[in-house]
Amino acid sequence: MTDAPLMPRRRELHPVAHDPDYKTSVTRSPNLPLLSMESTPSEETGPRFGHSLIGALDNNLILNFSRGTAPAIGERIRIFGRVLDETGRPVPETLVEIWQANAGGRYRHVKDTYFAPLDPNFGGCGRTLTDAEGRYEFLTIRPGAYPWPNRANDWRPMHVHFSVFGHAFGQRLITQMYFEGDPLIERCPIVHTVRDRGQIDRLVASLDLQNSRAMDFLAYRFDIVLRGRRQTMFENRPEGM
Amino acid sequence: MTTARDLLEETASQTAGPFVHIGCIPTFAGVEGVFPEDLGLSPIRDDAKGERLTIRGAIFDGTGWPLRDAMLESWQADAAGLFPGQEGADPGVGGFCRFAADRETGEFTLKTVRPGRVALRDGRMQAPHISLWIVARGINTGLQTRIYFEDEDNTADPLLSRIEQRPRVQTLIAKRTGAGEFRFDIRLQGEGETVFLDL
Repeated sequence: MTDAPLMPRRRELHPVAHDPDYKTSVTRSPNLPLLSMESTPSEETGPRFGHSLIGALDNNLILNFSRGTAPAIGERIRIFGRVLDETGRPVPETLVEIWQANAGGRYRHVKDTYFAPLDPNFGGCGRTLTDAEGRYEFLTIRPGAYPWPNRANDWRPMHVHFSVFGHAFGQRLITQMYFEGDPLIERCPIVHTVRDRGQIDRLVASLDLQNSRAMDFLAYRFDIVLRGRRQTMFENRPEGM
Repeated sequence: MTTARDLLEETASQTAGPFVHIGCIPTFAGVEGVFPEDLGLSPIRDDAKGERLTIRGAIFDGTGWPLRDAMLESWQADAAGLFPGQEGADPGVGGFCRFAADRETGEFTLKTVRPGRVALRDGRMQAPHISLWIVARGINTGLQTRIYFEDEDNTADPLLSRIEQRPRVQTLIAKRTGAGEFRFDIRLQGEGETVFLDL
């Protein structure tokens, strides 16, 4: 079953490639249609990463840049959830990576010139493997909103970037997680490259007080769904049968 | 005719943004010391079997300007056409690589081994190829494409055969520039637009 064909991507659930409100997409979107075909072994296989890759602080962004000597400044949060596929099955032992700005909206990147200061104890990247039930979690600080040169006064909502592998190269996904109640979500042209309202709502993590820890951190739940595999196999069936 | 199965919907993609390197290639972003090394530095070990290849290229936007903030990932079979984890696969081939466009020039480099042919379920053979996935600021859903090689017999490849406009096949074929060296440029939009895939 692991090598079964991938279900075709439902492109209508994903962002449009060309959106004049997200200006950079105008020159970076193909004009011509994608070439569609059933998946091949190149898409149905993919890299696997083992537990030996993951260090003890890799999923703790509060401590992983300062090697535990001093915590990052900001609103302490736990982000957790499950990685499932379209059939509802958990995706175990898969790599989840995140990156984000610090509490002031500043990225630790040579190209970020926003004048909000860097936090000397915050790097902004983390990674983990899902467990046997597809669960993952990170401890981090809530990223700040930040301005970006798009329209004259555009601000990104608070967000965390997610990269997920799945078990097949054709499942590869990069997305962004937003925070429940942030008024900038409605105003963000990157969010609204996704036209399907239900899909936007699923990018917004919900506050989960039950999974918060008193006097320590708030929790946000963010579940991720990857492409599934077809379950019925009629691979050599002649066309039209 | 059929009833809709009870399926979940895939999470929507979002752009990787200009700072994708922080999470995926941290040392490239200047984030040192969180992980011992960046993930996917090479698709092969020194003991990998097969012909060594160096593939260079750049990604151009619709104005012909090279992207200086893109991240690419590649995935391929070993010299015998087996993917990592398959029985008999070369343990020296991890198959996966991550690399960034240079922030000054936009050039990228992939050093690997030449992949073998891989069969489809129906037995048809695919020409040797490397799968690419491209993310960047302004790209809302990662773009899939493939690198084929001009010194291989690509005539019967099932994917290339589906490209109606035959001149467009050339956009997926790396050009030989020397012994073991190839050039593969990617054009996101407009004249010479690369064929991007949905599979």
